[in-house]
Order: sequence, then C-alpha cells, then structure tokens
Amino acid sequence: MDWNFIIFSAVKIAVVIGVVQGMVAYAVLAERKISAWIQDRVGPNRTAPPFAKHIPVLGRLLTRLGMFQPLADGLKFMFKEDFTPAGVRKIYFFLAPAIAVIPAMLTVAVIPFGSVLGGQKMVIADLNVGILYTFGIVSLGVYGIVLAGYAANSKFPFLGGIRSSAQMISYEISMGLSVIPVLLIVGNLNLGQIIGWQAQHGWLILYAPLAFVIFLVASFAETNRLPFDLPEAETELVGGYHTEYGSMKFALFFLGEYSNMIASSGMMVTLFFGGWTLPFWGLDHPAATLVSGIIHILIFLVKMAAFIVLFIWVRWMFPRFRYDQLMDLGWRRFLPLALVNILITAIILWMRA
Amino acid sequence: MIVNRKPLTFWERLYLPAIVGGLKVTLKHAYATLFERKVVTMEYPEQKWAVPPDYRGAPYLVKDQEGHTKCVSCQLCEFVCPPKAIRITPPGTAGQPADRTNAEKMPAEFEINMLRCIFCGFCQEVCPEEAIFLQKDYSLVGSSRAEMIYNKEKLLALGGTHAGVQKWKLKLEEAQAQENFPVKS
Repeated sequence: MDWNFIIFSAVKIAVVIGVVQGMVAYAVLAERKISAWIQDRVGPNRTAPPFAKHIPVLGRLLTRLGMFQPLADGLKFMFKEDFTPAGVRKIYFFLAPAIAVIPAMLTVAVIPFGSVLGGQKMVIADLNVGILYTFGIVSLGVYGIVLAGYAANSKFPFLGGIRSSAQMISYEISMGLSVIPVLLIVGNLNLGQIIGWQAQHGWLILYAPLAFVIFLVASFAETNRLPFDLPEAETELVGGYHTEYGSMKFALFFLGEYSNMIASSGMMVTLFFGGWTLPFWGLDHPAATLVSGIIHILIFLVKMAAFIVLFIWVRWMFPRFRYDQLMDLGWRRFLPLALVNILITAIILWMRA
Repeated sequence: MIVNRKPLTFWERLYLPAIVGGLKVTLKHAYATLFERKVVTMEYPEQKWAVPPDYRGAPYLVKDQEGHTKCVSCQLCEFVCPPKAIRITPPGTAGQPADRTNAEKMPAEFEINMLRCIFCGFCQEVCPEEAIFLQKDYSLVGSSRAEMIYNKEKLLALGGTHAGVQKWKLKLEEAQAQENFPVKS
C-alpha cells in the first residue's frame, strides 16, 4: 500500500468535504440575499455574534451582508427536536436523508478542482471513466427522495417522491445524451483530460453549445431547482418529499440539494467552461509553482460560484412547470434534440476525419 | 366568455424570449435594490413610520408650561376607563398638596396598566384638566407584568409638556384682580 497516496487522498477528501459544506452554507445565504435583491428587499442583515459589533468597520459590513446567518441556521437545525412522526416506516425514514446526501457528496470526487498543488493532482479520484462514474452516482440521488416519500407514509411526500422519480429518470436520459457530443469531440472520458483538451483547443461551449443548453436544463431538473421543483412544490405538496422531516434530517435533504447544485456546477465548469483553466495569462497548463496552483483552484471556484448564482437567479425568475409540460419538455423536446445533436456532431467529425 | 388566444409564433414557442425577458426584469430589480437603494423594506427599529397626527397611542400624563402636574386627582378617567387600566391613589387629607397655586390637589399615585389599556381615548376625552393625552407611542416593551404598570413619575416623564390653557393660574389671576380692584369711594 502506498501510504503517501492514502494520506494525501484523506487530506483532499477532508478539505473538499469541508469546502463543499461551507459552500452549501453560503449558497443558502446567497439564495436568501439574491432573492431579496430581486424582490426589492434587503435580506438577512441582523444576525451577528456579540463580538461582531466590536470590530470597527468589518463587523458591521459582515453583519449587513448576513455573513453570520449560516452559523445561526446551522445551530438552529442542530438544536431542534428531532421528531419522528408516529406513522413512518422507521428504517427507511432514517435511511433516506443519508441516501440523499451521500451521492451528492460522491459526485464531487471526480471533478478536478485545480491542476497541481505541491506535486499532488487536485482531484480526489482521477478516474478514466469520470463522466460515467458521475452519471452512475447522480442516478442514485433519486433514491433518497423516493425513499423519503415512501417512508413518510403520508400522501404529500408520496406524491413528491413519485414525481421526483419520474422527473429525474426522464431528465437523466437527456443529460446523459447531451454529454455524448462532448465525448465524441474530446475522445476521452477522463475529466482531467477533457480539461486538458479544452486548454489546447478552446472551451467546449464553443464546440457544443446545444449540448450545454440541454445539460444546463437537465441539471436544473436533476437538482430539483425551481423551474422543475415539482418534488417539493410548496404550493401543491406542502413540502413535498420532506414534509414529515424536521431538524437535522431536513437539513440533510437541504444539504443534499445544495451539494447537488454545487456538484453539477462543477460538472458544467469542467465539461464546457475549461475547468480550472483560463485561455490567457498562461493559466492553461498545469501549475509549476504553489501560487499558480492556488490561482487555478480559485479560478475553478469563481467559475463554479458564477454557476451557483445562475441557479439561484433562475430560481427567483421562473414559475414552476406543470407536470405534463415538464414531461413533454423532457421526452419530446430535449431527448430528440440531444439525439440530433449527437448525430450532427458525429457526422461533422466523420466528414473531417 | 371565450378568450381568443392567438397561436404562438415559432419564436415565442422556443421559450427563449420569455426567459430573456424574465432575466431582464429580475436583473433590473436586483440592480435597483443594490445600486439605487430602491428597497421596500423598512428596517424597523432604526426607521419608523411617520405616525399620523390624530393617532391614538399610549396615554401619558402631561405637565403644564411651568412644569407642574396638571392632574388634580378627580378620578374621572379611572371611572370611565373601560378595561379598568387606570388606578389613582388620591392624596387624602394629610397628603402632599398640589404643586401649583390654587389647584386643589394632585394624585399621590397614578398608575396605568399598559397591558390592560386599550388606547380608546376615553380618559383624554373625559379629563376636565387636559392632563392626560393619548400620545404616539405604540411599541411598549417590558420584560415583566410589573414593569408594564406605569407609575406617576414614568407617565409624567414620558408625557412631556402640554402648552394649553392654565386654568388654575387664570383663576388665581382673577382672584388677585378682585383683591386689587380699586374700590371707588
């Protein structure tokens, strides 16, 4: 066994999970703040620990920005009573939140979040079949929600679970098919090498814009974000699949949803927007020094943050789709479109070859 | 009634113009909130509504221009108060005299239970001395029931001054004028 590999992997896993959790917390804050701005409000701007007011300018600024709000939210979830309703199927009820979170966390493992830092590749698992792994794991995500809907033993979660199973399976197909042109162009399933190809030839959004659009819409559907948030449609299903959940178990669903969002942002950045590279200032080849390694990680994080903001922005703009419209869009629009896209890409590549 | 809906054009059916339009609207609002400060939120404890002039807030006792207690402890407000929020302790025969000349007496203690008060304004209406007024306070806060019973000092301190007719001073001046009336012989 290579101890070096184990230790470095453990450190990377710990850091990545920590960063993703932190990003989830602050994505929730961003969600609240951006929604407030869009709706002409100010958003959370009061929560602060007692010492914050003793810091001259920064304390007030951070309080106004709501930077301490996620801490308060987290504490609230921790200290709430963990209530289990009488009628639930206990084992599945406890299992469902875990199953919702774990796939979301696992997806992050193959995404290269930086080039090289101190001789270490900045990816937890440099798989040769990175994309296949991602799709395999993402498709597990639906079980958490379906199980939650089943275990709660109540009609609204049940409807939410059913909706989610149909929705996620439908959109997974278009999502998978939309990536195939990318794979055809690059000729490799390793995400690190897809980024390397983009560094040489330019970002894949220029080669496969339609694939990107389909992937984007499908990832909205996969993460249950607003135009497609039918599994938890508040106005129709109370809380959807998590109606019967409270305290930390509910927080885990929340965490899963936002981790999914972060993971799919990471996937989109990796597949279509050149990952950690930038086409200028020589930032497109693996880092030689520590500083440029850190800069690469920062570039990746900024690109990802931009996508998270897009997710949030779209959420506060769109009304929810009707269920039949959702299915219609998935099966009768995006699926043929993705197939045609594959065909056209293949033909062009064949003509060129 | 039948509403004729025009069939959507191909461009409209693409759904893209609606998306772009939506993004534009939300972006405009976010921009206005962030950079032009067009916020509808009122940040309450720091900013407050302008209270209308005839607003009926909490009843407080007022002093006259010279800083004397106007209340003469007649107890009319105590009798008229529908929720029995007011309790007046009269000075009694051996009590402290009124702090202004010619006024008969002033209350030894004047308590309003703000938890009972319904801000009806009957006390203000019935007061013959213009000594109690419903003022503009609407957020009364206390951490105990006892704290919400406002006593005389507190009511006078909160009430401030009311520059009205100084009835007893006028009576005093009249009396003095009578005394000094030059009698023609």
